[in-house]
Amino acid sequence: MTGPLLVIFPHPDDEAYSSAGTIIQHQKNGHPVTYVCLTLGEMGRNMGSPIFTTREELPKNRKHELEAACAVMGISDLQMWGLRDKTVEFEDEAELAARFRALIDNVKPARVISFYPGYAVHPDHEATARAVVRALQEMDATVRPEFLGVAFDHRTETELGKPHVIIEVGDEYAAKREALLAHRSQTEALLRSIDNAENAHVMELLQRERFYHYPFS
Amino acid sequence: MNTIQPEVIQAYLDKHVATPLYAHVETTNGAYATHNDPDFHNAGMFIRNVVIEYSIGQIKGHGPYRVGLKLDHGWLYVEGLTDFELHGDQLLLAGHDRLGRLACALHLDPKPLPQGATEVEDQ
Repeated sequence: MTGPLLVIFPHPDDEAYSSAGTIIQHQKNGHPVTYVCLTLGEMGRNMGSPIFTTREELPKNRKHELEAACAVMGISDLQMWGLRDKTVEFEDEAELAARFRALIDNVKPARVISFYPGYAVHPDHEATARAVVRALQEMDATVRPEFLGVAFDHRTETELGKPHVIIEVGDEYAAKREALLAHRSQTEALLRSIDNAENAHVMELLQRERFYHYPFS
Repeated sequence: MNTIQPEVIQAYLDKHVATPLYAHVETTNGAYATHNDPDFHNAGMFIRNVVIEYSIGQIKGHGPYRVGLKLDHGWLYVEGLTDFELHGDQLLLAGHDRLGRLACALHLDPKPLPQGATEVEDQ
């Protein structure tokens, strides 16, 4: 894949779990990465393990964590759009799709990574996925960038089959782990359980990034 | 945050009787509760920066604690509170589960609580 990569997710850490290896490989290959993060994850219920923050301080922590994670992944263009966690699905979808379209026209990505609609579990993920797909759907197929959708609902493999694209994180796993660790308020407990080998299947998921193409009409 | 000291909370509640306060009230099981356990019925709510005024405000229980505020036209009630922070006139009450995850919250402040990324930027 040559050309810019555009990553669109609603919460700081969505990108690290699903796509850090892919992002790092892109930028190491000399392609710029733009990341639009819609919210600051203000309503997350993890306050650190052990607890080190509060509901009121969490947005500030997560903003700093996001900036640190982006530095690790080599993301040159981080855009925080200032929506509020849990409320993305209540925004005007057409308006959000139009903003994504303007973004795509500006960044001119070769590839867009976001969630896959219908299989993204969290309502903010679903709303983001719908608006991204809507923006891409409206583009002429000849100029539409490749779309890689992240799907992790339990129904995913039964209904969508095996992932269409699997990117082996490989040598970049240490950097991916560092990016995850940067999102400390959310990830410390999980990373500890992986280190204690309690979560072998999560480790496997983190090492092979799975994506689906969307059947645009 | 610190473990709730009921006398500190009660003193705050007494001091702010009949004072307009911006409230943040929330309960949550996290967004993945049903994903992780299909039998679990996920429920949650938050309301942020609604202005309330109460005639009686009390904290009850032996930990976790309950707070009830008697409003002009109703009640505000939160149960499961375990921890607190006090910053001048801003009171943060939170209930954390055994894994340290937030389960409920009640914040009171005479000034509006911050909203969105722009204000985070400015702080």
